[in-house]
Amino acid sequence: MAYEAVIGLECHIQLGTRSKMFCGCPAEFGAEPNSNVCPVCLGLPGALPRANRAAIDAAIRLGLALGSEIRGESVFARKNYFYPDMPKNYQITQYERPLCEGGALPVTVDGEERSFALVRVHAEEDTGKSFHPERHGDRRVSRVDFNRAGVPLLELVTRPVFRAPVECGAFLTALRRLVRWLGISGGDMEKGQLRCDANVSLRPAGSEPLGTKTEIKNLNSIGGVMKGLAAEIERQRRVLEQGGAIEQATLLYDADREVLAVMRSKESAHDYRYFPEPDLPVLVVDEAWLAEARRRLPELPWTRAARFASEYGLPPYDAGVLTEQRDLADYYEACAREVDEKLASNWLMTEVLRVLKDRGWTLAEWSERVPPGRLVELLKKVAAKELPGPLAKQVFGWMVEEPGGTGELLDRHGVRVQATPEELRPLVRAVLAENPGPVRQYLGGKSATLGFLVGQVMKKSGGQAAPQVVQELLREELEGARRGC
Amino acid sequence: MPIDRAEVERIAELARLEIPPEAIERTAAQLSEVLDFVASLSRLELDRLGPTQFAPVEAPLREDELDSRRLAPETALAAAPEAEGGFFLVPPIVENVSP
Repeated sequence: MAYEAVIGLECHIQLGTRSKMFCGCPAEFGAEPNSNVCPVCLGLPGALPRANRAAIDAAIRLGLALGSEIRGESVFARKNYFYPDMPKNYQITQYERPLCEGGALPVTVDGEERSFALVRVHAEEDTGKSFHPERHGDRRVSRVDFNRAGVPLLELVTRPVFRAPVECGAFLTALRRLVRWLGISGGDMEKGQLRCDANVSLRPAGSEPLGTKTEIKNLNSIGGVMKGLAAEIERQRRVLEQGGAIEQATLLYDADREVLAVMRSKESAHDYRYFPEPDLPVLVVDEAWLAEARRRLPELPWTRAARFASEYGLPPYDAGVLTEQRDLADYYEACAREVDEKLASNWLMTEVLRVLKDRGWTLAEWSERVPPGRLVELLKKVAAKELPGPLAKQVFGWMVEEPGGTGELLDRHGVRVQATPEELRPLVRAVLAENPGPVRQYLGGKSATLGFLVGQVMKKSGGQAAPQVVQELLREELEGARRGC
Repeated sequence: MPIDRAEVERIAELARLEIPPEAIERTAAQLSEVLDFVASLSRLELDRLGPTQFAPVEAPLREDELDSRRLAPETALAAAPEAEGGFFLVPPIVENVSP
C-alpha cells in the first residue's frame, strides 16, 4: 500500500530584544552562567512579571506579515511542568486566547509558489539551558544556567499541511528569511534562535483520517529537520507495512549520528494544566497600535520578489535569490535603478555573493567597501561595452581590495583600455587577414561570425580592447570589403 | 469526585512521586475527599466576575529596557540546594526536551 506523510511544525523564534520577556534582565547570549537573572526570571516568591512591549510588537508584526488575525485582547497562561530548566516550574505562554491566529506563509518549493496555513503565533518565554548529565561523585547531575530563562520567544504552529520533508525545509528557510527581514530575530537555527519540532504521521495515500503521530524534537538545523523527518517517515512506513501499529511517542533526533531515539515514556509524560496567568493582565492591543505596526511593516519578501520579476523583468530564480535578504534586495534596487537590471542581477548573484561567501562577509560589510554607486560605475562601462568582460572582473577584484573608481583603478594598475580606432584598426585588419574562412562566412550572410572575430581581436589585444569599438571597426572593415568585392 | 487507582498512578508519574502500592487505595480516597472539599467552591456564583489577577492594571507593558534588578551570580545561587562553577546542579535531565 502507498502511504502519505502528514507533517505539522511547531517553530520557536527567539526574539532579538534587549531585555527579557517579563523582566529587565539582558536577553543577550554568552554571558557568564546565571549572571543575567533577577527575582522575576528566577521565579522568586513575590516577584511580578511585566510583558515587554517590543516583544509583543514583534509578534504583532510577524502576525501581520503572515496575514494572521491579531486579537485585541489575548491572555497569558501558565504551562505547568516538572523540569528543572524553568525555576518557576511553569512557563508563561499563551493558550486559549493567543495573540495571532490563522494566516499562512508563502513559500517557493521546487520553483512552485505554495502557501502553508498556520494555526497560531503567540508570545512566550524561553527556558533555561541545561547541560548533558555528568558524573558528580557517586551520582549524575545536570548543570543549569538560567540566563536564557525568560528570553522572549514566539511560538508558531502550522496546520498539518506538509506532505514531504522538502516542504518543511523550504518553509523553515522562508520563515528564517521573514524573521530576519522583519528584524525581529537572528533566525539562526545552529544558535537556537529558530527551533523546530515536528509532528508526523502516515496514512494510506488518498485517505482522510490521520494516523497516529509521533513528535520529533531536537531538530536544530534545516538539514536536520529534513533528515530527521525522512528517517521517521521511513520508520513508520516499515512498521505499517509489516502490519504493526505506530505508538504515540516523542523522539529525539541526534544530528551527529543521524538517528532517532525514542524518549522513555516517563520523560514525555506531561499534563500541563494550563490556566490563565494571574500575575499578568489581559494583553490589550488597540487599533492604534495595530495601524502603527502595519505602517512600520516593510514590503514583504514575496511581494518584493514578485515586483522584481514584473518591474525589472527578472526570472523568478533571480528575484528569489535577490530577496533572500532585505539588505541584498535594497542593494540590488540601488543598482537596478542606474544600470541594466539583468546585468546588475547577474553580477550580484555571481560575483558579489561569491565574495561574500569566500570572505564570510555580511552584505553590510560588503556595502561598506563597495557601495552601490561604485559597482554601478563599473557595470555602466560593462553595459556600454567600454570594458571587456575579463577586465571588468579584474577591476571588480581590485575594487574589493582598494579604494577608488573604475578609471582610477585601471590607472593604478597600469591598464589602459584600447578604445581609439587608431590603435585598434591594425589589430582588426590583422585578424581579418588571418581568418579568411570566417570572413567569407560573414560576407556570405552568416552575421553570427562577427562574435568570433570580436573574440579574436580581444585575444590579440591581451583582453584590453573596448569590445564595442572593436565591433564597430570590424563591421566597418567587413562592409568595406563587401563593397570592394 | 471519585479518584481511581489508575489516576493516582498517573498523577504520581506526572509529579515524579513514588507511592508504594499498598498506599495507593488510601491516597485515592484522600484525594477524593480533598477534591470534594474544594468542589464546594463551585457553589459560589462567579458568573459576573472576571478571572482573578494580581497584576497592576495600570502600565501593563514595560519598555524594552534593562533594569538594575539583576542579582550577582553568588546571590542567585545562594539558596540553591547545590551549585558549582556558577551553575545550579540538579538531578540529571534529558537535554532539550522542555516544552
